[in-house]
Amino acid sequence: MSERQITFEVLRYNPETDDKPWVQTYAVPCQEEWVVLDAINYIKDHLDTSLSYRWSCHMAVCGSCGMMVNGEPTLSCKAFLRDYKGNTIRVEPLTHFPIERDLVVVLDDFMEKLTSVKPYIIPKKEKPVEEGEYKQTPRQLKNYKQYTMCINCMLCYAACPQYGLNDEFIGPAALALTHRYNLDSRDGGRSQRQEVVAQHEGVWECSFVGACSEVCPKDVDPAGAIQQMKIASTVDWYLEHLMPWRGK
Amino acid sequence: MSRKPYVREVPKATWYMRNGRYLRYMAREVTCIFLALYMAGLTIGLVRLMQGPDKWETYLAGVSSTPAVIFHLIAFGFACYHAKSWFDVTPKAMRIPQGNDFVPGRIIVGTHYGIWGGVSLVALVLMGVL
Ligand code: SF4
Ligand code: FES
Repeated sequence: MSERQITFEVLRYNPETDDKPWVQTYAVPCQEEWVVLDAINYIKDHLDTSLSYRWSCHMAVCGSCGMMVNGEPTLSCKAFLRDYKGNTIRVEPLTHFPIERDLVVVLDDFMEKLTSVKPYIIPKKEKPVEEGEYKQTPRQLKNYKQYTMCINCMLCYAACPQYGLNDEFIGPAALALTHRYNLDSRDGGRSQRQEVVAQHEGVWECSFVGACSEVCPKDVDPAGAIQQMKIASTVDWYLEHLMPWRGK
Repeated sequence: MSRKPYVREVPKATWYMRNGRYLRYMAREVTCIFLALYMAGLTIGLVRLMQGPDKWETYLAGVSSTPAVIFHLIAFGFACYHAKSWFDVTPKAMRIPQGNDFVPGRIIVGTHYGIWGGVSLVALVLMGVL
């Protein structure tokens, strides 16, 4: 197996001793089949035990290893070194989020936004278990399936310039998840979620740059979800003003 | 252990310089300025038409001048770019169910081009160009 020497420039920040982040370089002997996360693990195991970062599954499922790799929001466990030319790779914590320590970012804001959109099924009518399961056709499943693939990796927030400029924006993943539940035939909670979706910091803060969908490792297409919700919210508005008798 | 999160500020005026994706977005948005200028020119034309034949002739001479022709060519180029960049993303906003799947994106984009071409053709026929 061939070995390749790569210099990793890693952004470091220790809240106890540093006033601002700084760059530390590590020379890592990399194996051909490695991903960026393997190199970072090598640094942790062999070069510098003080480096902090998050990871768990090493297979693009848990969503915890998101980092900026050469300036691009990336799952470091999915970033194969063979796809990077050159001998230097820069690794930084996800942009647009405060840095907790080294490559670890503060998740609080994202967590709050996720809960604000009620990302769970709110049944139209509660029915007792004896009445059996809620059935769905393949068509009904297809309508929302794509938006269930989200792994909450937050790459889309790091890619979104609007979130970077205004962190009040609910943001791509939370809105895509809202769409997921709104589209579910078993769900009746859309009007509850609309309070968050239809406000200015909801879908209307999005100017359709589309960067979120380009970086999403799961092809969730949050940008598409948001545009579809803009259309639905606009239809709501017209119905409400032109046909007030229709009621809610 | 104390927490002291570090916030990296986004440059407010130059944020779109950070990567190519943002620049492409800005190009899509900025090209509409040329569309607006073209529309303003067209509106002036309508006003001149209402003001009588003399004013209309002066207007026609104005838009036939070399600088005006150059402006129109540039505006047309930008209008095409603007339209293409929007047409390309229409499938994201329009998910049309078809069987157990959705109508493929290229059909949606193609339909937009088709309508654009059709309307342009009608306009050219009405203007007596074709
Ligand atoms: S929408 Fe995509 S990029 Fe955003 S959190 Fe979910 S999986 Fe990650
Ligand atoms: S380690 Fe789980 S997604 Fe990368």
